Amino acid sequence: MEVECLVIGAGPAGSMAAKELASKGIETIVIEKRQEIGAPKRCAEGVSKHSLEKLGIKVHELGIARTIKGAVLYSPSGKKVVMEGQGMEGYVLERKVFEKYLASEAIKEGARYMVKTQATDMVRENGRWRVSIKNLDGEDEIIANLVIGADGVESKVGRWAGLKTLNRLTDYHSGIQFEMAGVNADENYIHLFFGNEVAPLGYAWIFPKAFSANVGLGILEKGAKMRAYDYLKKFIEEHEDIFKNASPIEINSGGVPVAHFTGMAADGVMLVGDAAQLVNPIHGGGIVRAMHSSIMAAEVAEQALKEKNLSKERLMEYENMWNEEYEEKTNKLLKLRSFLEKLEDKDFELLADILEGEDIFQLTQAKLSFFLKKLIKRPSLLGLATKYLRD
Amino acid sequence: MIKINRERCMYCGGCVGVCPANALTLNETMLTVSEACNDCGICVKFCPVGALEV
Ligand SMILES: Cc1cc2nc3c(=O)[nH]c(=O)nc-3n(C[C@H](O)[C@H](O)[C@H](O)COP(=O)(O)OP(=O)(O)OC[C@H]3O[C@@H](n4cnc5c(N)ncnc54)[C@H](O)[C@@H]3O)c2cc1C
Ligand code: SF4
Ligand code: SF4
Repeated sequence: MEVECLVIGAGPAGSMAAKELASKGIETIVIEKRQEIGAPKRCAEGVSKHSLEKLGIKVHELGIARTIKGAVLYSPSGKKVVMEGQGMEGYVLERKVFEKYLASEAIKEGARYMVKTQATDMVRENGRWRVSIKNLDGEDEIIANLVIGADGVESKVGRWAGLKTLNRLTDYHSGIQFEMAGVNADENYIHLFFGNEVAPLGYAWIFPKAFSANVGLGILEKGAKMRAYDYLKKFIEEHEDIFKNASPIEINSGGVPVAHFTGMAADGVMLVGDAAQLVNPIHGGGIVRAMHSSIMAAEVAEQALKEKNLSKERLMEYENMWNEEYEEKTNKLLKLRSFLEKLEDKDFELLADILEGEDIFQLTQAKLSFFLKKLIKRPSLLGLATKYLRD
Repeated sequence: MIKINRERCMYCGGCVGVCPANALTLNETMLTVSEACNDCGICVKFCPVGALEV
């Protein structure tokens, strides 16, 4: 089989890429190794309404499990900071439906899909990629001019193409989640819990859905004394008020890349979404970034295909586009991340005292200068300020 | 070569992304480890549920 463009992986990144490519009249095939797109999820399913709107992405109503007003943050001792208002609204999705809908949109634009079809290898031949696949019909090959690697954290496409998709443990959250019914928490908000005993170098979350809630946490191995799973059990045990009548109806786990990635393209290959580790390094949200990267990649692909130049140099324009929009912000967020990693529980308490909901929103948006001013103004916060300024 | 506890594995693929030897592959619910494994133990440290053992 020969095709202009082969997308490997049908998550949010892959289906968005396919939709964009197909709508530009580019012949596109998507292969997905799972027998069902979107399941099982490896995700808490939260997205910001504002970020989706900025990209002009419409989510089908069936894919939305709950609309959220804002977030409540909890310090280790239980102090609360509420964030709500403009820019704070969001959705908790039903990813299985959301992803299938995205795929249907791509198919409507003319993309072709194959499920239970795994890419097993990929070699460069005469300026094209020969991709080996396996599915119910046996083994086969697809020859493609352009390959979009949308294969998530497992990305083999990147490795086959010689790109550095290996995740480092220091920048890769170990995530675990129960989707639970019977959870007693305000359904209008997502709830985020901080503390080195709660979720070392990460946080725990409750994201309410239609009749259930995603309850999970992410940790970094270097700060952890036990498995993510053990921290989650402990978290549930220690919040009897919330979980007294709750039971899991699904369990999920996964890795969350929180790094800054470079080298997103090779000859005839572009990596999008988690395959290129494009996740917000503070909150670990990757759905919208995955889709945004695909919009950019498709734009570059369209031009490059017209020019018949799919060289690495040409395709790296995609990375330039990405960096123009995200590099500065990501670097600031990484600095903030390394600051947060130094915090002890007493520092979280201090932060809970000085930060308002709106401040934290600015923090997650990497608008950080106010933060330093705030730290420097109060002598009691000097310790925090030095932690922030160091490195 | 690492041992995979299939009763525990959640087939999330998280370990695949940290294996420096590219020895791990996940297909649906089936995680496999190849000869390339050098027992470095990184995947073991990552696994959220403790399904891997050196
Ligand atoms: C515990 C946890 C909680 C999270 N919570 C959130 C959240 O609340 N909000 C948010 O925005 N993000 C969240 N994320 C991150 C988010 O899930 C990812 O950023 C997002 O799924 C990335 O989309 P993607 O399309 O790049 O990759 P994926 O969704 O992982 O899709 C990759 C697809 O490629 C397929 N594939 C892989 N290899 C092959 C192959 N060889 N052949 C064929 N197909 C292949 C896979 O089966 C998969 O379907 C969370 C992640 C975790 C682990
Ligand atoms: S990280 Fe653990 S649970 Fe996930 S696929 Fe690997 S062994 Fe299985
Ligand atoms: S022990 Fe090391 S080489 Fe072996 S599978 Fe795990 S990460 Fe890969």
